[in-house]
Amino acid sequence: MKALAAIASVVLALPAGAAGAENGASLYAANCVKCHGVGGRGIASSGPSLRHVGARAADFYLRTGYMPLREPHQQPWRKGSPFSDDQIDALVRYVASFGGGPAVPKPHPERGSVARGLRIFTSHCAGCHQVVAEGGYVTGARVPALDRSTATQVAEAVRIGPYLMPRFGTDEISSRDLDSLIAYVEWARHPDDRGGWGIGHIGPVPEGLVAWLLAGSVLVATCLVIGRRGAA
Amino acid sequence: MKRWLLALLALLLGRGRRAPRVEREERILPDAPTSPRAELVVLALFGLTALSATAFIVVYALDRLSHQTQLLGLTLGLAFAFLAAALIVIANRLVVTEELEEDYPPAAHPAEQEAIDQLAEESTDRMTRKRLLVLGGGAAGAAIGAALVTPAASLGPILEVAPLLRTPWRKGVRLVDERGKPLLAHVIRQGSFYTGFPEGADREQLGAPVVVVRLDPSELHLPDGRNGWAPQGILAFSKICTHAACAIALYRKPTFPQVEPRPALVCPCHYSTFDPATGGKVIFGPAGRPLPQLPLEISTGGELRAGGNFSGPVGPAWWGVRSRKPL
Repeated sequence: MKALAAIASVVLALPAGAAGAENGASLYAANCVKCHGVGGRGIASSGPSLRHVGARAADFYLRTGYMPLREPHQQPWRKGSPFSDDQIDALVRYVASFGGGPAVPKPHPERGSVARGLRIFTSHCAGCHQVVAEGGYVTGARVPALDRSTATQVAEAVRIGPYLMPRFGTDEISSRDLDSLIAYVEWARHPDDRGGWGIGHIGPVPEGLVAWLLAGSVLVATCLVIGRRGAA
Repeated sequence: MKRWLLALLALLLGRGRRAPRVEREERILPDAPTSPRAELVVLALFGLTALSATAFIVVYALDRLSHQTQLLGLTLGLAFAFLAAALIVIANRLVVTEELEEDYPPAAHPAEQEAIDQLAEESTDRMTRKRLLVLGGGAAGAAIGAALVTPAASLGPILEVAPLLRTPWRKGVRLVDERGKPLLAHVIRQGSFYTGFPEGADREQLGAPVVVVRLDPSELHLPDGRNGWAPQGILAFSKICTHAACAIALYRKPTFPQVEPRPALVCPCHYSTFDPATGGKVIFGPAGRPLPQLPLEISTGGELRAGGNFSGPVGPAWWGVRSRKPL
């Protein structure tokens, strides 16, 4: 942490006109090079190459706090990033400068349809993320909830396939469908509970449990009323 | 059949006849008037019970009915409601009740046992058409019993298993996507997964849907006899889990294989996990059989086609499933 602060001060001390890629280079050298190697070439046992991943992957992994990872075998998980927004911008530019790779996407969920998004989400995403995007498990890993994912991050993740998630190309989920998908994910954070009580939105098991407990109490109460009449 | 039914009827009607009881001087239970109207009501309710239960069986048999589920619930619910109503009427109007309080008798004496017998018989004294009522109750009970065992007919074929083994895949059948467009080999990329169907066949069939993935050909260790089943490393498996027939909707793929779990097809219902690289072997979970693999070929136009039928029977297991071949 001290080292980080030192670097940050160095970075801040640089003249404002200095190229962002240069700031990025020093941040990269201090935080990323140990696993991803010099110039993003990758290190066989600890980190994949970052050549051609582009700004899209760098933006996703850094803004979600997936990177930096404490050790390579850990599953990346959402957490607060140690970097400021400016530092992330600089790192993203630096990683993008390794060569090629897609830019950060600009989704338009307001153009999408929630109903269509639900259909796409159920066929492609709900297997792991659950139908209301609450997250869950897959053998060997946890599946994150999507309640804190921004529209841009969802758009990035669908195309990148972070960690164990499959990648989805434009053949499977077109850009228009992606807008609908994001519209659905955003809706699923605050779904309309037509029944009145969402019970965590995790499906029929707790709903059944509640039904049984409530119906059970009503039945027991009925029995008590009948019993009292008999005893009188 | 008719004779058997007649014999059964005679047995039921004759069963109640007993040697006439020796009249005691005094009744234990107070005498109560007979009530033919209540008996008629009970008979009618028994009749309605039998009718509703039979209606359940009829609704069950008519598979194309709209709102079938609701009708099933309605008919069975009505049967139980009528039965309950009949029992309530019997209890309130037809059985003589008298609450008696007395100390526990010492040991059982023959005379007291007789008295209890008498008590039981006298309690139904008011019923003038006892046998008819018993018959009505029997019919209602039999109809409800028949209604309750009817759904067992849906447990599937008992001896005839050929329909379970039939799949629409034959050598040369093209794989198409959800929209009916042919799946092209160059579109299938590593790290993604695709659902395929047989061209022109019913997609609702258990044996129809397949999941298609591409692995590095050098990673493949397919079982013997599956040479050439995965051209360019493209593999197809039945999308139906061999445990409980859920759809294999999860594909986990490592972003950085050196430190992350290997690629696997996972069923979201109970987490059965299948290894595509070894021909669908179970590596975790309750599934008892590997995922059936579909041999693939790539035609000159780059389209994916089936190279034959699955490596094993599709869907959940039944006895003897391991020794069968898909048709």
